[in-house]
Amino acid sequence: MSQYFLAVNHDPADEARMAEMTPAQMQEVFAAVDAFNTEVKEQGAWVFAGGLQPLEMSTVVDNTGAQPVITDGPYAESKEYLGGFWIIEASDLDAALVWAQKGSKACAGKVEVRPFQDEPEA
Amino acid sequence: MEAIERIYREEFGRVVASLTRRFGDLDVAEDAAGEALLVALERWPADGVPANPGGWLTTTATRRAIDRIRRESHRDAKHQAALMLHDETPHEPTGVVEDDRLRLIFTCCHPALAPEARVALTLRLLGGLTVAEIAAAFLVPETTMAQRITRAKKKIAGAHIPYRVPDEQDLPARLDAVLAVVFLVFNEGYLATSGDAPMRDDLTSEAIRLARILRALLPDVPEATGLLALLLLTDARRTARFAPGAGGELITLAEQDRSRWDRAEIREGHDLVRECLALGRPGRYQLLAAVNAVHTDAADVRDTDWSQVAALYTQLAAIDPNPIVALNRAVAIAELDGPGVALALVDDLPLEGYHAWHATRADLLRRLGRSGDARAAYDRAIGLSANPGEVAYLTRRRDQLGG
Repeated sequence: MSQYFLAVNHDPADEARMAEMTPAQMQEVFAAVDAFNTEVKEQGAWVFAGGLQPLEMSTVVDNTGAQPVITDGPYAESKEYLGGFWIIEASDLDAALVWAQKGSKACAGKVEVRPFQDEPEA
Repeated sequence: MEAIERIYREEFGRVVASLTRRFGDLDVAEDAAGEALLVALERWPADGVPANPGGWLTTTATRRAIDRIRRESHRDAKHQAALMLHDETPHEPTGVVEDDRLRLIFTCCHPALAPEARVALTLRLLGGLTVAEIAAAFLVPETTMAQRITRAKKKIAGAHIPYRVPDEQDLPARLDAVLAVVFLVFNEGYLATSGDAPMRDDLTSEAIRLARILRALLPDVPEATGLLALLLLTDARRTARFAPGAGGELITLAEQDRSRWDRAEIREGHDLVRECLALGRPGRYQLLAAVNAVHTDAADVRDTDWSQVAALYTQLAAIDPNPIVALNRAVAIAELDGPGVALALVDDLPLEGYHAWHATRADLLRRLGRSGDARAAYDRAIGLSANPGEVAYLTRRRDQLGG
């Protein structure tokens, strides 16, 4: 088994689309994501998942120099940013892609699939 | 020497597929297959070609791979283990002998790989072409092609792209990707978009060889048979398609010397078209093959059953609604209902960036006697075409227009 990072990225177009959603439509997405999460857990593929607060809540810490430097805002100025993610267990990429397809439908957004580095065997 | 190279190329995909299955590592399989060739080139001229050269190559390559893994396992067993391809499907006896090459082609044509990487990997690992040959065929520097292939193999290992035939529910979509790779290789050979030669026989013959393998491996999949039929019926007209000599002009279907068509390929193609259509599950390649069967059935262009061609394109448009299909249908309509009716259909299509749209319009306008408009359309087609033989043909037609 391998672990995969299923990332849901947002860009300004997504933001505009989400801002226009009615409460009922948003409820629909929440319910679909809940149902997807339940399925991932029931199938034993669940590792962790979460939605992130907006980018303005970010703080960057840099302790690579003599003194730690703490700055407000995101690490990189980029149009795209991580909005939420799942970490799942899957036997191979095909299995992970099946989860990503379901996740994409549930959260009504694109999902990027990235394999974790394999842990060195003990 | 040439015979050894030919056998090697025939057997290469089988050797790589078999070793990948056994060792779970594409690089190990590829390198060992290469080493087996060196041994064959040394031994066969003296000892003679073995009775079962494929088995001999596989055995030799397997020994080399085991040697390499033993050497490296002292060094970095963990690293090797991490690179192993995953195959956690239980090995069940299925009743049919499943060729490992089928697994290999699905891995090489995985949708998680970039399309150009799929083509390169398939030609390298299944077709046995060298990196230098593939680079030359697609006119990119050898280092670029080598990087493309290396990157794709790294992704296969790192993302755990599986080495197996997809599940039944994924099979149709995944098979489309495989057939598309073979069709793309053929088309690049048939109407080269780069280089000075209008055709690249190395690519067309390699595509036909791959299509034969797919049909043999998937006899119940009508689209696999349809693709082979399409390639054969298209390839049959190869020698009649361009005027002889360097920079030879394109000769259109209507003007080709039909006695130069390859009768054996046409016969085989017709048999295959009948066979796949009888299964009653028509698809894109089967219908395109059927269109080509109608054309190759006519001894003279005036005998062409255009209503059959139009009907097949109508059927194709129903399952594959794309404007290029509509453009080809309009060409048949021109023969049935006249160029005016066809032009109205063509003008509605959103294909302003496609050279064949302008070339078709140019021809219809010429037939309608609208020389000025035809000239402008020929100019656009010439500007957009990347094939030297086609440019030569279009230029001549333009220059023959009356005032």
